[in-house]
This record gives sequence, C-alpha cells and structure tokens, in this order.
Amino acid sequence: MIRFEPRGPVPVSRVLSVLVAAAVAALLLAAIPMAFAGLSVFGAYGLMVKGAFGSMFAFTEMLTRATPLILTGLAAAVAFRAKLWNIGAEGQLYAGAMAAVAVGTGAFGGPSLFLIPLVILAGALAGGLVMLGPTLLKTRLGVDEVVTTLLLNFIILLFVQMMLEGPMKDPMGMGWPQSEPILDEAALPKLMARMRIHWGLIIALVASLGVYFMLKRTVWGFEIRAVGENAAAARHSGIPVTATFVRVGLISGALAGLAGVGEVAGLKGYLTADLSPGFGYSGIVVAMLAGLSPVGVIIAALFIASIFVGADSMSRATGVSNYLADLMVAMSLLCVLVAGLFLRFKIRLVGAPAAKETAK
Amino acid sequence: MIEILDILLSANFWAAALRIATPLIFGVIGALICERAGVLNLGIEGIFTAGAMAGWMAVWLGAGLWGGVFVAACAGALFGLIHAILTVPLGLSQHVSGIGVTLFATSLSYFIYRTALPDVSSPPRIDAFQPLDIPVLSELPFIGPALFQQTPLTFLALFLVVATAYVLYRTPLGLAIRAVGDNPSAVESQGLSVYAIRIGTVVAGSAIMALGGAFLTMSAFDAFFFGMVNGRGWICIALTVFASWRPGKALIGALLFGAFDAFQVRLQTEVGSFIPGQIFLMMPYLFSIAALIVVARRADYPRALLVPYFRGQR
Repeated sequence: MIRFEPRGPVPVSRVLSVLVAAAVAALLLAAIPMAFAGLSVFGAYGLMVKGAFGSMFAFTEMLTRATPLILTGLAAAVAFRAKLWNIGAEGQLYAGAMAAVAVGTGAFGGPSLFLIPLVILAGALAGGLVMLGPTLLKTRLGVDEVVTTLLLNFIILLFVQMMLEGPMKDPMGMGWPQSEPILDEAALPKLMARMRIHWGLIIALVASLGVYFMLKRTVWGFEIRAVGENAAAARHSGIPVTATFVRVGLISGALAGLAGVGEVAGLKGYLTADLSPGFGYSGIVVAMLAGLSPVGVIIAALFIASIFVGADSMSRATGVSNYLADLMVAMSLLCVLVAGLFLRFKIRLVGAPAAKETAK
Repeated sequence: MIEILDILLSANFWAAALRIATPLIFGVIGALICERAGVLNLGIEGIFTAGAMAGWMAVWLGAGLWGGVFVAACAGALFGLIHAILTVPLGLSQHVSGIGVTLFATSLSYFIYRTALPDVSSPPRIDAFQPLDIPVLSELPFIGPALFQQTPLTFLALFLVVATAYVLYRTPLGLAIRAVGDNPSAVESQGLSVYAIRIGTVVAGSAIMALGGAFLTMSAFDAFFFGMVNGRGWICIALTVFASWRPGKALIGALLFGAFDAFQVRLQTEVGSFIPGQIFLMMPYLFSIAALIVVARRADYPRALLVPYFRGQR
C-alpha cells in the first residue's frame, strides 16, 4: 500500500528538481507516440532541438512563441493562486486582440508614444472586462466560473468571426475574413532586424516581474494568497474576499488580453479568427509547470514554446503530424500534476517495508 | 407567430430535437454519475473526442458498428481511469486534472487520426447507424417519426437514463455512489472502499460520455472531423448543474436544449439573411450559461464534490 504523509514547507531546490523531473518525464513519454508514428526517437528530438535552438532565427522564433504563453501562463497562475478557475484565457486573448484592432487601425491618429500605450491599455481592459462577467456571476450568484469561462471562449471566437465578416472586415483584404492592418505608429516595434521577435516579449517579462512583486510584496497579493489558501478563513479574518476575486479576475483577464495585443500589434499586424492556436489553454499548462510562480512562468513558457516550435520544424522535416506538440504539452501537464505529489507529501510504501522499518 | 406554432407542432422538429439531444444525454448522464460520486470530470470534452475518434476508427478498420461503440466506451473508460487515479487516490485538483485529461485525450485522438490518415482531402466515411424503422410504431402519426425513426444509439441513451435512475435510487450500489459524493467517511465506516467506488464510478461515467462522442461519428455523421465536439462536453457540465444531478431532469434538460437548438436552426432559415449566422451558433453556449444562472441560487451540489478523500484522516 502507498501512504501519503503531508509535508511541511519545501525548499526551492526541491520544487525546481521535481518540476524539471516532470518535464523530462513528459519528454521521455513522448517517445511512445513518436515511435508509433515511425520516427527514430533520437533523430526526432535532434530535429526538435535544432528547430527551437539551432539558429538565431529558430531561437527568436521560439521567444516569439513564448511571448503570448508567458502572458496567458501568468493569467492562469494569478487566478489559480486565488483558486479562481479562469479557463477563459483563450477568449480573453481574442477580446484583447479585438480591442487592439478597434483602437489601432485608424480610429485614433497620433504619434507612437500615444498610440502604443492606447492599444496596450485597450487590450488589457477588454480582457479584464471579459473576465469580470464570470467573476461577478461567481461572487454574486454562485455560478461556477469554470464552465462560464470555458463557454465564453466559444462565444467570443464566434463573435470575432462575426466581426471579421462584418464591421471589422478589411475592405482591401481580397475577401478574406481579416481586419484592417494595425497602423505602423500603433504597432509594437520589432526587437531585432529581420526577425519576428517584438516588444511584446518585454511587456511579458515586465508583467511577470510585476505580478511577482504584487503577490509577494503588496496587500493585494497577500489577500489573493489568503483567499486561495482558504476563502472562508480569509473572510473571517476580515479580508474582502469578493473584492479580491474581482481584482484577480480583472488582472488575470487583462494579462490574457495583453497576449492578444502582442499577437496582433506585435506579430501578425492584423486580426484573423485563427490568431491563437490555443495559447489560452496552453497557458494553463505553463502555469502548472511553473508551480504557479510568476517568474517560473517565464521558464515554463520557454519550455512549452520550444516544444511547439521544435515540433513544428520536426513535423515539416519528417511529415509527422504536429499534433504531436499538443500531445507533448498535454503530457507535460499530467506529469507535473503527478510530480506535485512529491512536493506536498512524503510518499512511502506501507506494509512489508514499513514493518522492516519498525523492526529497526 | 403561426409559423412558430407550425415549427413546434411538426414531428420533424421533435425528431431533430431528440437527435441533437442524444449526445448530450450520454454526456450529462456520464457527468452526473461522476459528480454524484464527488468527482467533477472536466475530461468530458476530450473523452467525447476520444470516443468519436476511437469508435469511428474501429469501424473504419473493419469492426462492426456495435464493436465501434464498444471500442469508444473502452477509450472513454481508459481516460476516465487516468482522471480517477489522479483525483481519487492521489487527491489532485479535479479542475486541473480534468483539463489535463481533455488536452491529452483531444491531442492523442487528433494525433492518432492524422498519423493513420496522413493526407486525405476529404475524411473517409463509414456506414453509420441507420434509423430503426420499427414496422407499426414508426407509422404512428407524430410520435412515429419523432421517436421511432431514431438510430439505435438514441434508444441506448434513453435506456441509460432509466438504468442510471434505477441504479442510483433503487440499488445498494447507487446508495453507495451517492453516499461517497455526500459523506465519504460514513461510507468508509460501513466497511466500503471510497476509493474503489469513486474510481469505478468515474470509469463507468467516462465510458458513457464517450458514447456521446461515438454518436457524433457513427450516427449523426459518418466521419471524424477536427473540432467536431465543439464544446458539447462543457455544455453537458452546465446541463448537469441545471438537472440538479438527477437522471430524469437530465433527460428533460437535454431535450429542452435540443428543442432550443432545433428551433434556432429553423429560425435561421427564416430570418438568416438579416442576422449573422454566428449569432445563431452562439446560442447553445448562451443557453448553457443562462441555464446555469437560472439554477445557481438553488443548486444543490453533492456535498463532497471537489473534496478529495484521504483514507484514515479525521
């Protein structure tokens, strides 16, 4: 029989080693589907590493892919800290992207110094407002936020499609359902010449440091952690639980909205209905891999981004479906969940070995 | 107004409502029994996809239709087992584990499908279930076409509603399932294993969910498409709350939902040129949220839902 004994506080080094072990376990498990698809496992991993790190271009592509993942990962991490289950980052990302398009394609003119902050604020606000609905439904009426945020993802994506076929459609878009391009003055500048990497990465890094300090050093952060530990106890000790949920919801939604701003105003330049290949859902994996730590999110996002970019490149070279990447990401989540047990519990085999122990 | 009555009184309308409701009946019944045992199963969306893919692929590889249904149920049971192990003895977050199972089951299904069929321009078709034409019954006016021209899987769904209600409320097993969802330590003190009951229930519930997916590829359509589940699993989770965890109300909820959906499709053909199609496509998700809001205040959640049980504590 296996017995779990609760464990006290764990040193950071142990947390890190367990999380790394989970990532490695996921990579090893991925060898099974690779072999199933007829790949040589070592060759495939070689191609993946080359695809994500093999050249300056590959490396910057990986960083570009990590940018929205850091932000959606933060969105999940901060919400999950308060046990507010925001599974709606995908929809909030699109809301942010739509807002960026609404204010950044010519509705306002002016210098970059005005337009770029405007686009960023609009996107963050839109994402936050989308999350406000499910949060209020939870705090006012007790409606489970998991289901409402999940369903909102579908509703918002349909809304995006509707806007792209209607009011937001680019008349010069040759009939394609895409928005007008973001003005040059409103676009996030590139970080390097001839590469796609853009200022969204800086925004993401600043955001994760910001969230880190908020959680660690501010009253809000303390309240968020207290509500997440035990909402009833927090309420008894006078912490404004409802206000904390609303705040966390707004922050979480805003972070996901920023991911949409980066994709539209930094990377693509216009909005399409396939802007995000599930960044919102992958953000949950990122947050869990990071142990819900805002700084850890950066590393976890780099890991997930290198799987995506590496697998894309490997898939182009070998013709194997790039659903392999999604599969590897899902396996990482399951592995890290199991690994989390080693942090919360001492796991020991009870029975024969335990008897030996007592004999000693 | 007359036109709306015309729609509501036509047998075809109710036949469509029941057809739309069928996968949801499987899904809600599956979700309901998992939750009755205290385990929220957000793996449902992925389990639907896995059931749809596995059932279809089994038939495509040469199995019979019922063989395909069996394979789908086994696939669902397998993913259910993963969720059960993670959440019951290991006591991990049911939310996160469920999302993990959904991501895993969905990506694995897509990967296997793409690997088996690397480049096909149109998805291959199978000979799907045909409506049961029961001689005399299907010629009854109104009820005949509405009820007796459905495929066998619809009848299986209706049978499962009755069977689930019977097991939950009339058997010792059902009592044990409901008890582990409300007061697990009381069950343990009766000498029953909370772990065994919860794991078994989640596995069975997941197998039933997968049948909803199988209905999509083996009855509603005859092929597998990416993204074909399209949030149906999440809708089932909402309907489970709406049905207050009762099989009979689950059937009514799914039928109401099917009727709404069938109605908006017909409305779309009438006024579709004035209103963008996406508005209609949003309706099912909006209905689900509305249904949740309606029952939110009086929802009577199983008391131990989401609460992991550790043997020997307390």
